Amino acid sequence: MSEEKIRVLIAKPGLDGHDRGAKVVARALRDAGMEVIYTGLRQTPEMIAEAALQEDVDVVGLSILSGAHMALVPRVIELLRGEGLDDVMIVVGGIIPDEDIPRLIEMGVSAVFGPGTNTDDTVQHIKRTLKDR
Amino acid sequence: MMTHQAKTLVQNLLAGDRRALARLITLIENRAPGAAEALALLYPHTGRAYLVGITGAPGTGKSTVVNALTRELRARGQTVGIVAVDPTSPFSGGAVLGDRIRMRDLAGDKGVFIRSMASRGSLGGLAAATGDVVRVLDAAGFDTVLIETVGAGQSEVDIARTAYTTIVIDAPGMGDDVQAIKAGILEIADILVVNKTDRPGAQNAVRALRAMLDTGHRLRTIHHHGQINPQRGGEPSEPEYDFWQVPIIETVATEHNGLDSLVDAIDQHRAHLRESGVIQDRERQRIEAELADRLREALLNRLIAERSPGAIEAMIRRIQHREIDLGSAVRELLDG
Repeated sequence: MSEEKIRVLIAKPGLDGHDRGAKVVARALRDAGMEVIYTGLRQTPEMIAEAALQEDVDVVGLSILSGAHMALVPRVIELLRGEGLDDVMIVVGGIIPDEDIPRLIEMGVSAVFGPGTNTDDTVQHIKRTLKDR
Repeated sequence: MMTHQAKTLVQNLLAGDRRALARLITLIENRAPGAAEALALLYPHTGRAYLVGITGAPGTGKSTVVNALTRELRARGQTVGIVAVDPTSPFSGGAVLGDRIRMRDLAGDKGVFIRSMASRGSLGGLAAATGDVVRVLDAAGFDTVLIETVGAGQSEVDIARTAYTTIVIDAPGMGDDVQAIKAGILEIADILVVNKTDRPGAQNAVRALRAMLDTGHRLRTIHHHGQINPQRGGEPSEPEYDFWQVPIIETVATEHNGLDSLVDAIDQHRAHLRESGVIQDRERQRIEAELADRLREALLNRLIAERSPGAIEAMIRRIQHREIDLGSAVRELLDG
């Protein structure tokens, strides 16, 4: 009896202390049947990459409201690749200016979900993208 | 997954590859193809790690104690694998696993490996695959494997079957002293921890637990795995070494207070198990229980496969309509 679950790491890199959004998303993904590893505030990119490796997640969700996304996201991606986690899907949420989104996608981010995103859209995006692999 | 991939993963795990360790755990948790073969290959490499269970009601500080305990074990030169189980939602099948939040001190230490597990419908405080996941960490060479249960409270005694030393954590204000003498979780404790002793009421909690231990003092011999062994007729010749006096350790895990005493208590319990030979008994009983579980599951699956499709469903309807009782239904299905 094989029972596969989508495993998602939800992490807040950097120094902003606002994790309500991350928690809302974590809960929505749980309600969609996923296993969500929630690591809490103020994670370093190193901590996130390490947790992603140990937990063998399919998806890493980064919530950033500090404006430091253009520094933090590439660093996380670089570390994940360094660990051999090339196939982990990365999604970003939080306050991300529109003009930064294409550059994040270019770096390898699968999608960016800003304020007001319907959590169903996030769920569907994750499910669809993983299924298409 | 093809079985040769499982084999490669096992080889890489034994060579110290952490990614292979993580992927094998997923394979086994999902009962994916190749999992059974991987476990068979790993089994000869198991039996070396010391398995410690940590349980207690929600909010007593299990994850924080695991974090502090791991730091103390690392300071004493041990490598530590951690399996932390949190509940799966019975409604969605999803889970939020939050134990890592309290374990951030352990980040960046290659001598530590933390894995969060969802209970996936299993009751009793662990997931069905927890025993197998612990074996993977054991085979990976960790000196100690800490197993943190779901924080449920009064009946999660599976942990005592899985671990050699079971630590039950209590905290001030968790309930009156009658809670302490109820059956269940406290009976499986090899070590009791009262955490958060910097809070008011801590000494009341310690007193209640001590009183509970005193009332039970000579009434039982030694308990294994949640079952109290039958008394040996109260023979006066019963060897003294068979008796383990459950210690109560006071900690403030957030401040790293009391952890040296806790590790000392684990070492003492381990020595006690070894010197008394109880450790073999515990392992034997664990294997007996696991074998029974596996046989039950395999026999059930075989029976379902052998009977015509719908036979079970038809029987359920007959039982529901009061045409047959459960016992007779079982006999009929078995005679098939």
